[in-house]
Amino acid sequence: MNQPATAPCMQHPQEELLRSERLPHIWCSGCGIGTVFSCVLAAIRKTEYPLDNVAMVSGIGCTGRMAGYIKVDSYHTTHGRAIPFATGLKLARPQGKVLVASGDGDLIAIGGNHFIHAARRNIDMTVICVNNLNYGMTGGQQAPSTPFGAKTTTSPTGSPEEPFDFCQLAAACGAVSVSRWTSIHIRRLTESLTRAILKPGFNFIEVLAACPTAFGRHNRMRNALDNVKFFHERSVIKNNIDPREAPLDFQNALVVGDFVDRERPTFSDNYSLVHSNQLGEWPNLDKNAKPS
Amino acid sequence: MASKAVLTGIHFMNGDEACAEGALAAGCRFFGGYPITPATEVAERMALRLPQVGGVYIQMEDEIASMASLLGASWGGQKAMTSTSGPGFSLMMENIGLGICTETPCVVCNVQRGGPSTGLPTLVGQGDMMQARWGSHGPYEIIALAPSSPQEMFDFTIRAFNLSEQFRTPVLIMADEVVGHMNERVVIPAEDTIELIERKRPSGALDTFLPYKPEANGVAPMACFGDGYRIHVTGLTHGEDGYPAMEDTAQVRMVNALVNKITMNLDTISSYDTEYLDDAEIVLVAYGISVRSARRAIYLGRQQGYKLGLVKLNTVWPFPEEFIRDLSGRVRALIMPEINLGQMVLELERCAGGRCPVRLVGHAGGSIIRPAAILKAIENVAKETV
Repeated sequence: MNQPATAPCMQHPQEELLRSERLPHIWCSGCGIGTVFSCVLAAIRKTEYPLDNVAMVSGIGCTGRMAGYIKVDSYHTTHGRAIPFATGLKLARPQGKVLVASGDGDLIAIGGNHFIHAARRNIDMTVICVNNLNYGMTGGQQAPSTPFGAKTTTSPTGSPEEPFDFCQLAAACGAVSVSRWTSIHIRRLTESLTRAILKPGFNFIEVLAACPTAFGRHNRMRNALDNVKFFHERSVIKNNIDPREAPLDFQNALVVGDFVDRERPTFSDNYSLVHSNQLGEWPNLDKNAKPS
Repeated sequence: MASKAVLTGIHFMNGDEACAEGALAAGCRFFGGYPITPATEVAERMALRLPQVGGVYIQMEDEIASMASLLGASWGGQKAMTSTSGPGFSLMMENIGLGICTETPCVVCNVQRGGPSTGLPTLVGQGDMMQARWGSHGPYEIIALAPSSPQEMFDFTIRAFNLSEQFRTPVLIMADEVVGHMNERVVIPAEDTIELIERKRPSGALDTFLPYKPEANGVAPMACFGDGYRIHVTGLTHGEDGYPAMEDTAQVRMVNALVNKITMNLDTISSYDTEYLDDAEIVLVAYGISVRSARRAIYLGRQQGYKLGLVKLNTVWPFPEEFIRDLSGRVRALIMPEINLGQMVLELERCAGGRCPVRLVGHAGGSIIRPAAILKAIENVAKETV
């Protein structure tokens, strides 16, 4: 059969938001990050936010490379420091919309301190954490997300540590929205991302993603399609529940959903408040003090 | 009406406060801070003053975060600063490197104390001078200034911002505990007499702009967040297009560009003053608080008949190599007082190249260099070089 001389030009639906000249990307076949990336791009488009005023900040690692493929002002920073960089960026240009996209090791291990403090301060940003249960870029080492007993190159007989629950952590530190999905929940993830980008304050979304190459090869999850089936079979959607009731239990259920959605003044709201003398009364224990 | 940012007038303030006022006068509107003795007063002054001029002070969770926040704020289009001392300076090193690699203007003031480690938080040191030059990994050039008085804390902070904006690089102010904490007269000039330099922003087509293509002065215009260029900024080795390029040729191009923009503009950057140099046979080369010790030693030594002069280094990095090379061929000896066991004196020796003896007057820290110790070194070197 005769092929046409030139194939019809296939354009990616998110062409406007892609640095197409940078493709192909570095992610392995079967990796979940690309799917999450597509959802992020779709969500940005759905918010109809002016693209010149959207920035993405990332740290180091596989997910951190998202910043190199998205066609907005994008900053690929040092390992663990995406959130404090994004804090400066947002406060210097408050009218901008700032997204942070990075991995579990970057955001919660080396960057863990910044994560909890940005959530506490309620800096206006959307943090997307792709959780692939290990350090993928460096070949699959144990991370604070690695399930107890899972094998990695630095826990060859099984991880002796219990992992963090990122959603519990984010909720406890004050995030205004907290969601967890897997890379197969494309529609729901995109909706959560869209809401998060539009919502002022520190919004956190964890996305469980398969890493067949680095994590899977040590844990009988080598086949990409089987990973997808596993997420499909084990995921249980529970919205509006306390993240403490939403464990990631690989033996039983992977609880996903939109867990937290609440209102808190952002850092910038409060900064304006304290500098305009609108604070409430602080307890006065000094009887001789003049009223403030 | 004069703006609240420039407190024109004659003040009696300490060096840390003068540094903060210099930053405000230079247009700094973001400070990411973390408390540390003896630099805390810079942060305290900025916390009070920045909201008055529409800026933001944020106290970060550590110095790593402080430094990262400056870089973000700078890409957000603001002039940004932090202050710290030894332990915090160590924590900032990786992100100072990110600032150098991504060509991000910002200012870091290190009010030096005694080290290593926690060392002497409340007492003076000048032991971070080589860390300022080489503390972040990889090859690069750095600009560092060394104020010797509260007035210079004000003046040099403005200059630090100007250099950082002009050459798109982090600039270090290598102060010390005594300069930071001593109170002296500080004259803040009228706002319209303060010369400010702003980073050049691009003006060309959006789609063909190369964010790391240097112009004739070696510096590329900076497209900040929201300027519409939608560029990519990375700490990976990158090409002129800003994208990662994992090749030796790209590494050579990028590092050469980072180095060249400093070395080709030495005349603009490098700054030193000379005193009593015309008839000087023995010359003291000093920076920071040790300038004050050197001046006293020169006063005492000249009374004893020694022909002494002073070179006061305003910029310590890049080091005034050519000037020292020439000077070393015309004098009997060079002496450097510094509060460490020999750091900048190594650079002095290198540039003197054996043309004259070079002596260190130093100790490990905790107090200034006594003029008497310098005088002793003058006597000794005078005997040796009869």
